[in-house]
Amino acid sequence: MADTSRAGSPCSIAVVGFALSCYPVGVERGWMARADAASRTLVTLRFFCDSEQSEQPDATGHKGFYYHFLDMKTGQRVWQSEVSLIDTTLLLAGVLTASVYFDKETQVENEIRERAAAIYGRIDWQWARGGVATVRQGWKPESGFIHYGWDGYDEAIILYVLGLASPTHPLPEHCYIGWTATYQWENIYDYEFLYAGPLFIHHYSQAWIDFSGIRDRFMREKKSDYFENSRRAINVQREYARRNPFSFKGYGKDCWGITANDGPGFKTLKIGGRERSFLGYAARGVPYGPDDGTIDPCAAVASLPFAPEPSLLALRHFCARYPDMIRGDRLPSSFNPTLPGNGPSGWISEGYFGLDQGIIVLMIENYRSRLIWKLMRQCPHIDKGLRRAGFTGGWLS
Amino acid sequence: MTHSSEQREHAVPRDQTAPSEPPDDRFHRALLDDVHPPTWTNPKSKDKYNLVIIGAGPGGVTAAREAAALGAKVALIERNFIGGDRLNVGCIPSKAIIRTARLYAEMRNAGNVGAQVPDDIAIGFPNVMERMRRVQARLSRSDSARRLSESGVDVYFGEARFAGPDTVEVAGGKLRFRKALIATGARPLTPPIPGLAEAGYLTNENVFNLTECPRRLLVIGGGPLGCELAQAFCRFGAHVIIAQDDPMFLPGEERDAAQLLSDSLARDSVETHLNTSVVAVRSEGTQKVVDLVCAGDKFSVTVDEVLAGIGRAPNVEGMNLEAAGVRYDTEKGIHVDDFLRTSNRRIYAAGDVCLEYKFTHAAEASARIAVRNALFLGRKRLSALTIPWCTYTDPEIAHIGLYVREARESGIPVTTFTILMHDVDRAVTDGEEDGFVKIHVRQGSDRILGATVVARHAGEMINGISLAITSGIGLSALARVIHTYPTQADAIKMAAKAYNRTRLTPFVKSLTGRWLAWRRR
Repeated sequence: MADTSRAGSPCSIAVVGFALSCYPVGVERGWMARADAASRTLVTLRFFCDSEQSEQPDATGHKGFYYHFLDMKTGQRVWQSEVSLIDTTLLLAGVLTASVYFDKETQVENEIRERAAAIYGRIDWQWARGGVATVRQGWKPESGFIHYGWDGYDEAIILYVLGLASPTHPLPEHCYIGWTATYQWENIYDYEFLYAGPLFIHHYSQAWIDFSGIRDRFMREKKSDYFENSRRAINVQREYARRNPFSFKGYGKDCWGITANDGPGFKTLKIGGRERSFLGYAARGVPYGPDDGTIDPCAAVASLPFAPEPSLLALRHFCARYPDMIRGDRLPSSFNPTLPGNGPSGWISEGYFGLDQGIIVLMIENYRSRLIWKLMRQCPHIDKGLRRAGFTGGWLS
Repeated sequence: MTHSSEQREHAVPRDQTAPSEPPDDRFHRALLDDVHPPTWTNPKSKDKYNLVIIGAGPGGVTAAREAAALGAKVALIERNFIGGDRLNVGCIPSKAIIRTARLYAEMRNAGNVGAQVPDDIAIGFPNVMERMRRVQARLSRSDSARRLSESGVDVYFGEARFAGPDTVEVAGGKLRFRKALIATGARPLTPPIPGLAEAGYLTNENVFNLTECPRRLLVIGGGPLGCELAQAFCRFGAHVIIAQDDPMFLPGEERDAAQLLSDSLARDSVETHLNTSVVAVRSEGTQKVVDLVCAGDKFSVTVDEVLAGIGRAPNVEGMNLEAAGVRYDTEKGIHVDDFLRTSNRRIYAAGDVCLEYKFTHAAEASARIAVRNALFLGRKRLSALTIPWCTYTDPEIAHIGLYVREARESGIPVTTFTILMHDVDRAVTDGEEDGFVKIHVRQGSDRILGATVVARHAGEMINGISLAITSGIGLSALARVIHTYPTQADAIKMAAKAYNRTRLTPFVKSLTGRWLAWRRR
């Protein structure tokens, strides 16, 4: 599964995770046959099961984790990318979704479940701590663990849940406590929430796990939950866009979606008498930035389960005001009306990004039928990981 | 507007690291006349001193003045220059050049506030440094050797060395004391990088001696000193590269503050290499080639100067502390208890030589405590101090009290009230919208635990919060303090009002609504 639809794009393991989770949606919606979905899933799982795991710089992974980007033909590491813990987690979320969905006693579906168990069981989560309290972000054969750790609230909550639930190399419980120690509960624009700037952070883990009504120690202390938190984060996004402190074109209460995404590229231009600095692919966020006027319509649509009305208002606004960015019935990764282009959307990201398309499918389905959430509730690893992380209440009761 | 190549042309290539002395001009001579007069004669006293102070930096001078004012017989020993780092190689010179650098940045960005960008922004680096020396000379007057002497302090110049538990030798004489205070400060750490010493490098001790701006400057370390000087030299037209070991600037600060600083440095065109180590330096002709490693990827940059700003080491050497029975180590400095007393009950320490927080104001505050405790059987505690600090980049980053992480590690639940500077009227009218005020309170109360301010004048703004914390004033009470309007410090009141709005729960609102409805009858 390619990272983007652009020519020469490598495989992104996270996008594979999203794709594996989208197949059940495709089957349930009648877009593809179950046998076809199972066959595609099995081919994928066989590859990840059988590909080389070693310290070699051109392997597919190491210690059960996988390199962020792989060659589309050979499956080997490309771009000198890192063994990515979060991207492996998103891949694993897809693998586990498949193992729950494909529950028939057939040869193919049996093998899917066996392969999924093998992939999960091989991951050495304890190694991923690199000798410190919390999990590292990645590892490279050339230099070892990447200096960055996970710090503050981010998309890694599912990483800890799956790490804590590992049947073979589980993370200790204090790892999760250590990670949440860097949380910041902030009152911004009169909304109190667990702060994270980019919107995708409030989405990714929740594409698979239904956090509504279940609380860990931190959320018990704040009398909230992560689902409600995402709703408030969306309100902060809308309020920021309404205030539009940097006067970006298009921003408004129905035009928001500031997150990690593609951008116009690193350049500074004078537009309308004002100097504007633009970014390439970057983690944009509110309210501290960085922000260059780039809007991710997919992030707004992916907010559907948490804030249906604002999300639909945004989608209708995008369709009415920026029809030129919607090509082939698909939303691009991003557009930037502040940077002049050929139409009202201004600059439009080329092609499509797998992460954007994947999160849209999963979140629309969760909004409509809760399919992925229901599947993952049946996954014993999710249940175990949540409990070990200290979650109680709601559907865990 | 960022730096243009035309502006960089004003910078001149250099072939050697800064001289060890500033230019011998009238300002430097005036400074020397105050901080180490060439013709100074040490006093001759055979009487026992109430207090002998080693080191005439901010802590030592503060202690000397306080003790003398209270009637103590005081000796103050300095081996170099009165005023210490603050006046000679620290706060004063750096803030003087930062002021000029800020003006250059404002000229380039004049269009943002509706002004015309000057046609030719020529950088007169020698003038910048001359003004800096003028400022130093002016500010040296208040604590000159003569002024201190006139206020009853016996000022000695020379190396101090303990000859026993109650005796110090200086310049061939012996001073006996009832109590002593060590306030010898700290010096820049030498980075253990192969080839750096041979190639020569700048630190805060010699960078202010420069008379020409390096054309290309590598700054090692993204701490306060590195970031302040990187931004300043970039604004003077140098191509500045920062190599920072950590993944963020100012690793101790809040992540969002560090991110805003990162964005600001990028706007100034500072070339940033985070998560990057300097592994070797070598000279090639008049240039320095620096090898860097980032996540296993090796690359080199060629520069004219290297500035090391990786931290500070306490000055504990050469004093024969063993003879006085004073315990110390070369990393943390002199070991003191919460009353600033050393392992010798007669001897105290204050300032950078013993404190984790190496700031001028911390040195002065600790010196006051040490004097009270040493001379008047005081029981003032260092831990009772609430010490703010500020990194003088643009925007400035100021902090006081606990960080959220520290509070959570202590089991204290925290709510942070955040106001963005782009929502503060005066910040908008000033075109200074980058930044925020974050005030951390104990959840469910208005008790202020700490605060971080990122703003053009954060160093000024944090003082209001410092006053509140020190006086035990809660955030709710700050909302009742009338602030002048419009000011950027209004952000603090806005945070307080945001807190008060959280008190207006739906239940309270329904009660007030019913009351008002009843009043309408």
